Amino acid sequence: MNQPHRVLPLALVLLLVAGLAGSVLKPYPIYLISLWAVYTISAIGLNLTLGFAGQISLAQASFVGFGAYATALLLPHGVPFGFTLVIGAAISFILGVLLGFPALRVQGHYLAFVTLALATIAFLVFRNESWLTHGTAGIDKIARPIPFTSDVAYMWLCLAALAVVTLGVWWLLRSPWGRAFLALRENPVRAASLGVDVRTYTLLAFAIGAGLGGVSGALFAPLGQYIEPSEFALPLSFSLLLMVVVGGSGSFLGPFLGAMVSVALPEVLRSFQDYYLLIYGVIVILLLVFSPDGIVGIIARGVARLRPTDAPVEPKP
Amino acid sequence: MSVVLEARDLHRHFGGVKAVNGVSFAVEEGEILGVIGPNGSGKSTLFNCLLGQIPPSTGQVLLDGKDVTGMKPIELNRRGVSRTFQLLQVFPQLSSRENLILAGQEHIGSRMKRLFGRPDAGLSAAADRMLEQFKLSHVAALPAGGLSYGQQKLLDAAMAFMAGPRLVLLDEPAGGVNLSLLGSFRERLRAMNAQGGSTFVVIEHNMDFVMSLCTRVMCIAEGKVIANGKPDDVRNDPTVIEAYLGH
Amino acid sequence: MMSLFVQVLISGLAIGAIYALIATGFSLLSQGSQTVNFAQGDFVVVPAFVMLAANSYGLPIWASFIVALVVAALVLGVLFKRLMVDPILPHGAMQLSIATMALSIVLQNGMLNAGGAQAFPFPGINGGLHFGNIFIDWQSVSILLAAVVAVTALNLFMGRTRIGRAIQASAQGPQVARLLGINVARMVLITFVLNAALVTLAALLVSPIYLVKFDNGIGIGLAAFSAAIIGGFNQVRGAVVGGLLLGVVQNFAATFGPTQYRDAVPMLLLIIFILFRPQGLLGRAEERRV
Repeated sequence: MNQPHRVLPLALVLLLVAGLAGSVLKPYPIYLISLWAVYTISAIGLNLTLGFAGQISLAQASFVGFGAYATALLLPHGVPFGFTLVIGAAISFILGVLLGFPALRVQGHYLAFVTLALATIAFLVFRNESWLTHGTAGIDKIARPIPFTSDVAYMWLCLAALAVVTLGVWWLLRSPWGRAFLALRENPVRAASLGVDVRTYTLLAFAIGAGLGGVSGALFAPLGQYIEPSEFALPLSFSLLLMVVVGGSGSFLGPFLGAMVSVALPEVLRSFQDYYLLIYGVIVILLLVFSPDGIVGIIARGVARLRPTDAPVEPKP
Repeated sequence: MSVVLEARDLHRHFGGVKAVNGVSFAVEEGEILGVIGPNGSGKSTLFNCLLGQIPPSTGQVLLDGKDVTGMKPIELNRRGVSRTFQLLQVFPQLSSRENLILAGQEHIGSRMKRLFGRPDAGLSAAADRMLEQFKLSHVAALPAGGLSYGQQKLLDAAMAFMAGPRLVLLDEPAGGVNLSLLGSFRERLRAMNAQGGSTFVVIEHNMDFVMSLCTRVMCIAEGKVIANGKPDDVRNDPTVIEAYLGH
Repeated sequence: MMSLFVQVLISGLAIGAIYALIATGFSLLSQGSQTVNFAQGDFVVVPAFVMLAANSYGLPIWASFIVALVVAALVLGVLFKRLMVDPILPHGAMQLSIATMALSIVLQNGMLNAGGAQAFPFPGINGGLHFGNIFIDWQSVSILLAAVVAVTALNLFMGRTRIGRAIQASAQGPQVARLLGINVARMVLITFVLNAALVTLAALLVSPIYLVKFDNGIGIGLAAFSAAIIGGFNQVRGAVVGGLLLGVVQNFAATFGPTQYRDAVPMLLLIIFILFRPQGLLGRAEERRV
């Protein structure tokens, strides 16, 4: 399941099915499918940083925020959506490079704390600098780009963006860069001795992950047509991290499944009302106890059991 | 013949401990220099100083006559210095072929070209040739983590040759390798040395392996060079024998 | 001006002493069992709710404290270790940290559903003493006293008793400790119970100031992480110094700086320390990588 080239068609079929299902559904499921696509883009970015390059980040929500605010603030000035998306992604990419610098000095839990601290500061800026961000009042009436104004059309736009991101990341992961990211995660000292520029690749892993967070944010703002700071606070960072882990950190399909669980679970557990987050948390803990490689790990073991002639699934070290 | 690597009066102190205490030597092109010495004699620290893992306290390291003292491992690698580690350091999740491609890819083209170019960076053929030379063709597509210890050790060594290095430093290549494999392993290294014209420095505990592989042997004890010459001369040197027996 | 300065200093020390207790527990866990507990802040709010509940059934506050101590020792100590740490730690310390993030979600939403979203008042100590125009409140004094007693008792326990020394030995080198005949698993369990006791005491002290609200753990946790890192991650003494320093700096910043950026102070300190002195105030350089 770690081999992107094997599961790429699966991911694209998933997108198409989601879109076709959405087209015949009511507005709310259409919104959920769009949200899934948006979250998946962000989770794919974080999976690149965390799952493939092995660098933990608790600041992904901030990058979604940068993308969302860039779009929400630039659209009223007549900047076309395509440009606001690129600008949001570029801002996140550049700030992602900066976020990567601490990772050159510290790893593991220290890196988790630095990124958590930076995410908290970013949230305070979103909340307090109301001259720019409108503070806690938020920004409303965010216009969707023509001709994607209807719910269904906007859903197709989100899915198309996800398809482009999927193809891009697929290409990236099978290129020498993907190999270098993996080397970075597994054994940076050995990687450096083979000429892998650990410094540059670490910064790139953060920057690309953050840039995808920015793309996700740019799509997020016109989806609900309203944004406010608390949407981009720590809980979203945790939530995105859990999506990656639930799906299967370091697997190509992981973010798709993780985001699906995160978006669908509140609906499935609708009868439990306020308890769904509690139940979600318990499910995550159980998953970490019983299947540390996430849903993808469960599926891979299931497939291996159905086809006993195949080589056994190697557990992650 | 030109001098590839030269150490001039290297010192490395840890607090009061003089791990490397005035080591000077030179390695000429095409040589296979063996470095031996009892445990704790300073071999590993010397290696780390040569390879930029830790900077020497004083002294100089020259590569092709240029001062590379304290240069980082990655910069040395770009200048054609390749190495293996004492402990196995293959990438267990990558296949054998992918391990070799990784070992070569950063030396080809620019980073941007690598992103948009071929996924194997055009190295598949070279990797397969290397696999053939190290008798690993049958495990080319298997994850390296699933190979036997001896196979992983071979792969580990093969990775050091992917970038066509000028100088290869091998840290206990025979350590833990099955006796029955040692002979062929030695032949592989000899062949690499003969065809590539590259120069080796080898730390090794297995005396038979060192003496039969190397063109010259240097013995280190208490941070100093106590013997440096032809394998047979060093083997029979009384100071060397004393250094080993005395500790 | 002088009187304001002294008051801000004392209340800063008081809140810092509470951070110190929470950070000490945090460091004990990370030192004793590589458990970096992202739910540590929520661990403080849980016993606060237990005390409120016991108190509402008519128990006096000291008896409620004992009830909370028992509940915390069982749930946040023993069950936390047995059900989460033991099965997940073999998969990796980072996996466990991520699981504690999920636990934080579970605890916050559990308390939200059980107690509601409002902030509940918590009985404290009123009044104080005037020295000229300097006012010193009993609340701060009693917090400082309780914290000093607790930290001293913990230090004596760790340094002077057999069990305490065994815990330290287990944390520093489990294999050697095992060879010495120490029951390492039991020592780790005791560490978890000690953490539970520390957060319960912290809950008793902090709740009159911050009130009891389901999501208080976020801010408390961030402050505790910062205190632990400023003092020197994996250093119990460091957590005390870090906690006090953070409390004072934060209180001065809140009084004399822009209030809306009060929460940024511990974060900025944390970033500065991790990047420029990752071993903390009291740590040694070798200890920086976990």
